Amino acid sequence: MPELIFQLAIILTKIVTLTFIVVLPLVPLSVYFERRFSAIIQDRVGPNRVGIPLSLLGFKKDFHMFGLVQPMADGLKLFLKEDFTPAHVRKAFYWLAPALTVVPALITVCVVPFGSPISIFGHAEKLVIADIDAGPLFVFAVSSLTVYGITLAGWSSNSKFPFIGGVRSTAQMISYEISLGLSIIPVLLYFGDLNLSKIVQHQADNGWLLLPFWKDGKIGLPDLQTAMFWIPAFIAFLIFTVSIFAETNRMPFDLPECETELVGGYHTEYSSMKFALFFMGEYAAMVIGSALIITLFLGGWSVGFGLDQYISQLHIGSFHFGGLIHMGCFLTKLLAFILFFILVRWTVPRFRYDQLMKLGWVIFFEAALINVFLAALIIAAPSLSTPIIAAGAILLAVVTGAIIWVAKVSEDQPKPLRA
Amino acid sequence: MPSYLFWLFSTIMLIGGAAVIAFRNPVSSALSMVTCFVGLAGLFIGLSAFFVGIIQILVYTGAVMVLFLFIIMLLDLKDEEKRARGFAPLAAGLALVVAFVVQLVGILSQSADKTAPDLDKQTLTNAAAQFPKDSKIAEALTDGRLPDIHLIGHTLFTQYNLPLQLLGVLLLVATIGVVTLSKRQAD
Amino acid sequence: MAVVKLQRPQLKLGEKIYFGALVKGFILTLGHAIRSLRGKSVGAKDLESSGLGVTMQFPEQRWDSHLPDYYRGAPALVTDEQGRERCVSCQLCEFICPPKAIRITPGEIPSDDPWAKVEKRPKEFEIDMIRCIYCGMCEEVCPEQAIYLRKDYLITGLKRADMLHDKKKLYEIGGVRTGLVNKWNELK
Repeated sequence: MPELIFQLAIILTKIVTLTFIVVLPLVPLSVYFERRFSAIIQDRVGPNRVGIPLSLLGFKKDFHMFGLVQPMADGLKLFLKEDFTPAHVRKAFYWLAPALTVVPALITVCVVPFGSPISIFGHAEKLVIADIDAGPLFVFAVSSLTVYGITLAGWSSNSKFPFIGGVRSTAQMISYEISLGLSIIPVLLYFGDLNLSKIVQHQADNGWLLLPFWKDGKIGLPDLQTAMFWIPAFIAFLIFTVSIFAETNRMPFDLPECETELVGGYHTEYSSMKFALFFMGEYAAMVIGSALIITLFLGGWSVGFGLDQYISQLHIGSFHFGGLIHMGCFLTKLLAFILFFILVRWTVPRFRYDQLMKLGWVIFFEAALINVFLAALIIAAPSLSTPIIAAGAILLAVVTGAIIWVAKVSEDQPKPLRA
Repeated sequence: MPSYLFWLFSTIMLIGGAAVIAFRNPVSSALSMVTCFVGLAGLFIGLSAFFVGIIQILVYTGAVMVLFLFIIMLLDLKDEEKRARGFAPLAAGLALVVAFVVQLVGILSQSADKTAPDLDKQTLTNAAAQFPKDSKIAEALTDGRLPDIHLIGHTLFTQYNLPLQLLGVLLLVATIGVVTLSKRQAD
Repeated sequence: MAVVKLQRPQLKLGEKIYFGALVKGFILTLGHAIRSLRGKSVGAKDLESSGLGVTMQFPEQRWDSHLPDYYRGAPALVTDEQGRERCVSCQLCEFICPPKAIRITPGEIPSDDPWAKVEKRPKEFEIDMIRCIYCGMCEEVCPEQAIYLRKDYLITGLKRADMLHDKKKLYEIGGVRTGLVNKWNELK
């Protein structure tokens, strides 16, 4: 029994630390970065004033901290606003929807490996809440529940624009889930494992998927197979990243809440903290999406350059703290990727809805499918004879050509306007 | 699987299932169905079938039921809430339930009453002997873990290879058929 | 009406793939970001930027020296070089004021005053700065060159009462103005 209680205590500590102390603060932080970075891109300053108001306590100067307290002030504002429920909504679903958008995003945190194991007094502990053997699938499964929140919000608001927003998001998320799932199959084939911790460990030992330049602690060029696999890996990376953008309703694909057409989209009728929950859910999904991309393609917590082995062995007495350095590395990569998300948002204009659907179904779906066969061919090549490899390559080229031809032929020809 | 988890998830499932028919609002019914599926996924995961449980959520909850909900929302089903319940549907439903129970009892009475072996280290290590020595499955089994995804893949691609390929072709045919039908209608 | 047929431009392969344009866009936005961080955005110098983007950061930095002569800030009453209140409380500004922000209580000048022949001056002159729209009509309508829109723009207060400028405050803002027509002076 004490064993069980000890286990439960560790799990609870991990949940509280990793979800509520590490990931949840990243949400306001990314809101802050969004505002500051967009300001800098647009030659503005952005929120740089809100800090600790020391002058209220009698000190001479305020401590402005580059405006880092701004998101907290925003949150406080949203808490104190009137929580208005319009009379025409369907109450139960209207209340349920915001929760359904935030909760899945936070649940997915539990399979993300934050660092290599840390050990103290000989007791090693992995820096991941649930080390299950179906990591990426779990993330997809749980995050596919987010769509209920958005759809229900749109429907229960019982008004036009939110409804259109909800319908759009449903169609968009279902479409992009397909390319999302198909695009990582090459990656999973390469690692031969669905456990995210093992995937990251593999990358730490053999080089990141997109930077395979070290192996077993030595920097050098990769062998032929790994070098060849870089091509499908990069295609997978592109498709996966763009699909994550679409799944999280981020800028080039934020059709469900597109202001110019739909007022505010699915959350038009929401106010106060319920609106804030949608906002939080969106940013939490962005954080988790970046975490997944980093874990699968960019080495997760691995520092790279063959330093990981050395870092894992660092210790003071019996306390092996290498995992914390790895966690810092992971969070740095995460922030960098969030900045990339923000850069994309302020660079790329919004897609039209038919362009979005065409990109998902005609281009990414086919590209991901071909990519699976390409990756399989490259992985299986060492155990196949040369004629079979050549035949496979030719077949692949023919199929690719055929698909491109079909896509080109079925493309809508612009009809001439009739006067 | 600890029994309290079993009871928890089966209660969720049963409540969800009962709510599907109890609610008059189609959207509520669809959401109850989602609850039921989540409970079912919980049961699968409790049986160490992570893959099946997760696919249950991914496919049924995340895709199929979303489409259902999508359609229900697009149709205006306000009359459905007001319609009186007739006797005939009730009787038919009860008859179905009775038939299902009879079938279940029939099957259960014929199958041998034995418990599945515990998934302890000894059983798993013994099972590892059936697989090639250096394979990932054997490694995981000797470690005392159940590599359920690898095992499903192994079974699908050895024992059921032909049916799998046939299913793939069938799905492809269905997809192409849908595309052709919907394209023709557009003209 | 003639129908104009628009031909959409034929995109080349590189443009269709879209990634080139994407990279171009990233270079543009990142360029802006880097220039703005270094304080070298286009126009940063002319706009006296704070060193981040082209923005001037207000309470510390001010644009005061660049305000044009025709800037319309807070309206204020002036005295002339002889120390005389210019206002004769004719109440024209009170009548013309579109938001009815001005309220004048006229008062008489006692007969022993050197300027007794002017007859009137305001006993109280209030401008409600919450209502004032800085249109400058009071200045234009004034026959006595007594009210001017100054360059003060920081009219703030913690209460409504703080925003009500009374006569004392108005003269304080306005100060002395020289070079006005002194039509009440004795003819020489």
